[in-house]
Amino acid sequence: MTKLIGIAKSAPDDWKLTDLGWIFSIAIFFLGASAAVFGRWVEEGGPRRAMFASAVCFSGGFLISALGVWLHQLWIVYLGYGVLGGIGLGLGYISPVSTLIKWFPDRPGMATGMAIMGFGGGAMIASPLSVMLMGYFSSPTHVGVAETFVVLGLVYACFMLVGAAIVRTPPPGWKPEGFVPPATPKKLVTTRDVYVYQALKTPQFWMIWVVLCMNVTAGIGVLGQASAMSQEMFPGRVTAAAAGGFVGLLSIFNMGGRFVWASTSDHIGRKNTYYVFFLLGIVLYSLVPYFGTTGNLTLFIICFLVILSMYGGGFATVPAYLRDMFGTRYVGAINGLLITAWSVAGILGPVLVNYIRQYQIDSGVPKAQAYNVTMYIMAGLLVVGLIANFLIKAVDDRHHMDLETADEVIGVG
Amino acid sequence: MSEDGARGTTALELALAWGFVAIPLLWGIYGTLVNALKLFQ
Repeated sequence: MTKLIGIAKSAPDDWKLTDLGWIFSIAIFFLGASAAVFGRWVEEGGPRRAMFASAVCFSGGFLISALGVWLHQLWIVYLGYGVLGGIGLGLGYISPVSTLIKWFPDRPGMATGMAIMGFGGGAMIASPLSVMLMGYFSSPTHVGVAETFVVLGLVYACFMLVGAAIVRTPPPGWKPEGFVPPATPKKLVTTRDVYVYQALKTPQFWMIWVVLCMNVTAGIGVLGQASAMSQEMFPGRVTAAAAGGFVGLLSIFNMGGRFVWASTSDHIGRKNTYYVFFLLGIVLYSLVPYFGTTGNLTLFIICFLVILSMYGGGFATVPAYLRDMFGTRYVGAINGLLITAWSVAGILGPVLVNYIRQYQIDSGVPKAQAYNVTMYIMAGLLVVGLIANFLIKAVDDRHHMDLETADEVIGVG
Repeated sequence: MSEDGARGTTALELALAWGFVAIPLLWGIYGTLVNALKLFQ
């Protein structure tokens, strides 16, 4: 990013890229941890309190990071963006999910698709806005990062607090006009609820965990390396600027896939949607090396656009899958626990792609073919996900909450 | 402001809420698409 605003050389006391990488890793860790730990608090306290806490943590994290940059103390940035920002991300990620599911009992997939699409869309605003702000605040002797952090923190606070102020949950028993719940519920869609920590004792939770982890590992590994991969597989044909455009296009498909695939799952069912992700994914990942070898750039791009749409779709459909399995009452909290699959995939995906590529190059494989084995391994991961999806059956009756338990849990009894 | 959504939403509130979300998002998508065109040049 610094190159975009004209910084060509590093200064002697600059922070190392490897040290900076920890900021993102800490944030992702605290995202998963806070979503898992505070999920029940979010469900039982309502979305407004959670969104307010999220806004305070997230924007506060930016302001503390600005102080860290200003004082040139990296540990303050770790604490600000990493710890506090990560907690804000986790709370903000799960709060809208269960709220929207309650508003759309007839279209839970579309509801979760909208919530998770917002998370993807944010990157499309934050990235150009950050470049613009750094360009505005930079000078020949100053990069302008601290000021950018302050402005971003204040802008996020404004938008998130407005969201927290206007969010509402539907009254008990609310249904959209004209919606009649099916008289005979579908086999894989429960009408009852499973308590958040009871869900951990079901095989269904862990099968969905594997499904999400495999789907995300395959997608996230490719997303992180898309720019380098396209340039190395098509040397001389894909320039750095064109590769940037390719990554942008992937982001749009990643975001759009969240809404489109999750909405589609309302019609074809959650299990079938994941069958499509895995079967189509296996075919497409297996074809990528062929398109690279034959120099077919157009089909290479189409392959990855579809793959990334399914990566986003996998993220967005999973809360609706959880709702089908475990009911609406604790779906946000259970989704919070499931985000640990994302944390694992966030490490596994890039590591697989980077290390296998390096190993291939060190073994004398040309750069253009260094990703071939990785693509086949990704296809293999999707086979594991396919099997896990196949094994998902309806949750056993003994895990469901009875009415008295439900009252005790929400403090009525 | 009540957290219970029993109260209805006016058309103005709806338009403001959609605008609050859609305008920045469309700006981001437009910028990304312009950037993505470099892939086809």
